[in-house]
Amino acid sequence: MEKDIPVIYGLEFQARALSAQIAELDTVRFFVGTQSLKLNNNQVHLVELNEETGNLKTQIFQHPIGEIWSIQASPTDPDKFITCYNTLTNEGICQMKGAIWKLFISQEMNDIIPLEKLADIDTTSYGNDLKNIAYHPIDNKKAVSVVDNNFVLWDLSYKPQVVTVGTLVGKGQPRFTSGKWNPHNTCNQFVTLNENNVQGWDFRDPKEPAWSIISAHSQIIRDLDFNTNRQYYLATCGDDGYMKFWDIRNLSEPVMSKIEHSHWVWSIRINHFHDQLVLTSSSDSRVILSSIASISSEPFGHTIPLEENVSISETCTKERLEDGIIGKYEEHEDSVYAVEWSSADPWTFASLSYDGRLVLNKVPRKYKYQILL
Amino acid sequence: MTLESCNSPYDLNGQNFDAEIYLQKLFKDYNLKQIMDHEVEIIHDTQTLHSDMQTLVYENYNKFISATDTVRKMKYDFNQMEESMDMLAKNMDSITSFSEQISSTLQSSRHQITRLSSVHSLLKKLQFLFKLPNKLKDRIKDENYSQAVQDYIHAQRVLNQYGNMPSFQGIQKDCEEIVDELKDKLRTQFHKREASTKLLAESIDLLLQLKEPTDVLCADFLIHADIRLSELLENLKDMCENDIIEFVDMGSSGFLSDLCLIVASYNDMFVNRPPLDTNEFSDDFDTKAVSRLNTFIMNNMKKYFDLVKKRVENVADTVILVRALDRFYRRLQAMNVLSEDTDFSRTGTEIVITAGRKQCRNHLSALKQYLSETLAKVRQTLASKVSSNGDGGLAELQALLVMPTIEKIKGILQDLLVFLQPELSFGLKPQFLQRFCIDEVREGLVIGFLHHLTAIANGFCTGLDAPKFPPTLLLLLSKMCLEFKDSNVHYLLSSTDNLFNVDEYASSKSDVTSEMEICDNFQKAAQELLNHFVRLQGLTVSQMLRKSIETRDWLHTIEPRTVRAVMKRVVEDITAIELQVTALYDDIDGQMDRSSDSSRKTHSVSRHQYRSNWSSFTPSHLDSSFVSSIHKLFSERIEIFSSVQFNKMSILTGIIKISLKTYLECVRLRTFSKFGLQQIQVDTHYLQLYLWRFVSDENLVHFLLDEILSSAVHRCLEPILMEPSVVDIICERN
Repeated sequence: MEKDIPVIYGLEFQARALSAQIAELDTVRFFVGTQSLKLNNNQVHLVELNEETGNLKTQIFQHPIGEIWSIQASPTDPDKFITCYNTLTNEGICQMKGAIWKLFISQEMNDIIPLEKLADIDTTSYGNDLKNIAYHPIDNKKAVSVVDNNFVLWDLSYKPQVVTVGTLVGKGQPRFTSGKWNPHNTCNQFVTLNENNVQGWDFRDPKEPAWSIISAHSQIIRDLDFNTNRQYYLATCGDDGYMKFWDIRNLSEPVMSKIEHSHWVWSIRINHFHDQLVLTSSSDSRVILSSIASISSEPFGHTIPLEENVSISETCTKERLEDGIIGKYEEHEDSVYAVEWSSADPWTFASLSYDGRLVLNKVPRKYKYQILL
Repeated sequence: MTLESCNSPYDLNGQNFDAEIYLQKLFKDYNLKQIMDHEVEIIHDTQTLHSDMQTLVYENYNKFISATDTVRKMKYDFNQMEESMDMLAKNMDSITSFSEQISSTLQSSRHQITRLSSVHSLLKKLQFLFKLPNKLKDRIKDENYSQAVQDYIHAQRVLNQYGNMPSFQGIQKDCEEIVDELKDKLRTQFHKREASTKLLAESIDLLLQLKEPTDVLCADFLIHADIRLSELLENLKDMCENDIIEFVDMGSSGFLSDLCLIVASYNDMFVNRPPLDTNEFSDDFDTKAVSRLNTFIMNNMKKYFDLVKKRVENVADTVILVRALDRFYRRLQAMNVLSEDTDFSRTGTEIVITAGRKQCRNHLSALKQYLSETLAKVRQTLASKVSSNGDGGLAELQALLVMPTIEKIKGILQDLLVFLQPELSFGLKPQFLQRFCIDEVREGLVIGFLHHLTAIANGFCTGLDAPKFPPTLLLLLSKMCLEFKDSNVHYLLSSTDNLFNVDEYASSKSDVTSEMEICDNFQKAAQELLNHFVRLQGLTVSQMLRKSIETRDWLHTIEPRTVRAVMKRVVEDITAIELQVTALYDDIDGQMDRSSDSSRKTHSVSRHQYRSNWSSFTPSHLDSSFVSSIHKLFSERIEIFSSVQFNKMSILTGIIKISLKTYLECVRLRTFSKFGLQQIQVDTHYLQLYLWRFVSDENLVHFLLDEILSSAVHRCLEPILMEPSVVDIICERN
């Protein structure tokens, strides 16, 4: 694939759930979960990009018990993932549930393969509004579910068992909108979002939030992401159209605050390898790739081993990436609710719009070389 | 003729002539004829010489004879004279002896007389001396100090000379005591507080004559003068409350003239003394005295300037201030004579400029104050009015915001113009004019205020949520900025430039902020405010819609009978916003007739269109995503949080866009039952009926509402839509 042509894959259903196959480090693969209210029609698509040819290979799995609102690939097992889905009870009431699934790769391309449900993660006793279930960043035996005003730590070793529960108390029935593990500090911290607040919790003492950013955004915060290479740094985005970067040691002010989208920003992802690259997706049907080199972990210019004197002139000319927009991707025609970096190739990312269009894009070569060289 | 030839033995007239050799040569050289001729020639020459000799002897003979006669006669005369000389010598001798006799007889009596007269003068002096102490006392008593000093100085030398004699010692002691007393008296006079400067100078002069150490005296003098001046300054300070002109006059007549007097007398006494005492006043002392005087002047002037500066800072009435400054400056120019090294007029100009600046600053802060007061007033009016009725006289409020401010600035400019009156003493200084007109009035006051205005305006744009002011204020301010940009900035700047001749004084264009820059700022501020207004209003409506969708249980809702109250509220709110916007912004040009009768027709047409669109949502054509995809293919991408234009349509379109997009996103997060969907159908239809007229492109509203409905269809468990006619009826009923 010589040119950076976006690869588009259309699903026949609407979709919001997207996850990279995190445990897979060689092939660019993404899980996509569909959202259809014909509940037994729902599917999980495993989309694989052949980096040589630029072609896509997909496998479709049956997810017959409800529409998928969130999907999370296991950090260690390529064939396992968790979905949060909406299903109807016998009384005709919608209910959000979670389950761990295992997939089997079949050689037959056109088949719709059934999935094996490994276990249910039953969160109904903590509330109905299950937002997401987040795998521990490295341990596939642990996951946290975010339900109503609770976040629940599960031990998945045998059967899912509750380890710790944290509850947000406050006036007017506060509800979490999302949550994420902090990958630093031996993963003891979980960060939740509710309305326009961000709160960090410590599992060892989940009664009170360890820290909070009250009114981080002026409206609802939709998503957050950690910088995996730089401790304490996290990014948030929300309905005010802003993306903000925070240093959790100093919560009074964001480190950086930018508005690039012309509507709500639904998702923000910092590249795990080159953390100056940030993706945001928005309901203005755009995906924007920005550079935040000024607060990235990457040092300004590389230190060169002495014997490579020859290349000095070259490396000296290397300029730090400017902060700002690197790419604007307008292949979508509906709101883009999810965007993810590939776990296999740091330059590839996928975005998913509500109309079921999955677009795989690459970081423009110019910037790629600028970062690498 | 060479020496050899002269000494040659052949030269007839030469010394070494040898006749023999000559003859031999002749015989050898010449032939006979020639020798014969030569002989004749020589004989002839000899004869001529002989006769010449005879004539000479004859002529001189007579002279010898007369000389002999004369010598004989002289011998006889000398004998006679010798006799008379002897006689004279004899007579002189007799005269000498007579005179010696006379003088010896008179000598004794003459000695007597000389002694007597010297005794007399001595006695007189003694008498003076003996009387001196009393006399001095009398003089001191009569306060005739100068005469006393004169007397003392007369006597002093004698006293000094004969001071070692016991009788004089007493007198000297007395005198010294008295003089010490005199000095004390003079000192006390000198130290007396109420002593006038002239009196002071006199005392100093006397003391100087009494040979007091000059150094100490001049220091003393200055210290004392200092005290006096600081008293005056104290008085002046107390006067600070009074009228400024009175203050300046007082300063001029009291402090400054006193200072002049002191300096003048100091110069007379210490610096420009007649050179008679040159020994005492060494050059060193001279320079020291001058420098001491200078520091004294500087110190006092500094204090005075400080005082004036302070006083001048706070004057409300510019006319009076200018008059006072004028007097002050005039007086200062006169003061320049005092000291050569310093130019008080520069400091004076400085003070005048500072006063001008201060005046400008005062005006500026008054303006700012006024502005914030007006703003507060407008805010108050808005807060109370907008809640009660629609447009709330926004246009009047707008005028209230702009016109008086402009008038106020004009008034201030007129007021400041007083500084430029040509007859003012400082008005001629170019440095004053330039700095005052450019830096203070134009840049400091006018531009400063305009910047302040944009800053205030921009200040309202920060912070999206929970504004502490009615959003209408943003609209007002935006309009205000626009008006400023369109006309007022130009008006203000050009009138300032005219009144204060800015073009003339500005050394380069870069010194003055250009009108363009200010206009740009205002344009930006206006845009920013309007965008912010749209976002705020959009947010308010959005919030309402979001709450209404999030809080409802859409799965268990009854069949819709009415439009939900929220929708009515939305339409009402938007209508209210429209009213406000109409008061300030036009529709798009040429579309003013939309609200008139012809619009009715458009309305019905639009409803027709709407119906035809509607059919795509009947249960038979449920694949509406296809329709919307087609639509998306052919319509432009809708920017939700985009910049709006300065007209009503654009503003309202912006607000409606934001609201409907929120509606859409919220619907997508919910799951609906059949009746829930139908409720949305009713609601969107209702919005369709009432929102189209606010926007410039009604397709936009159609499209967004279609999107909402189709999303709701997707999110519905049992997607069955209502009969369009029923929907119509429900909507009509409301």
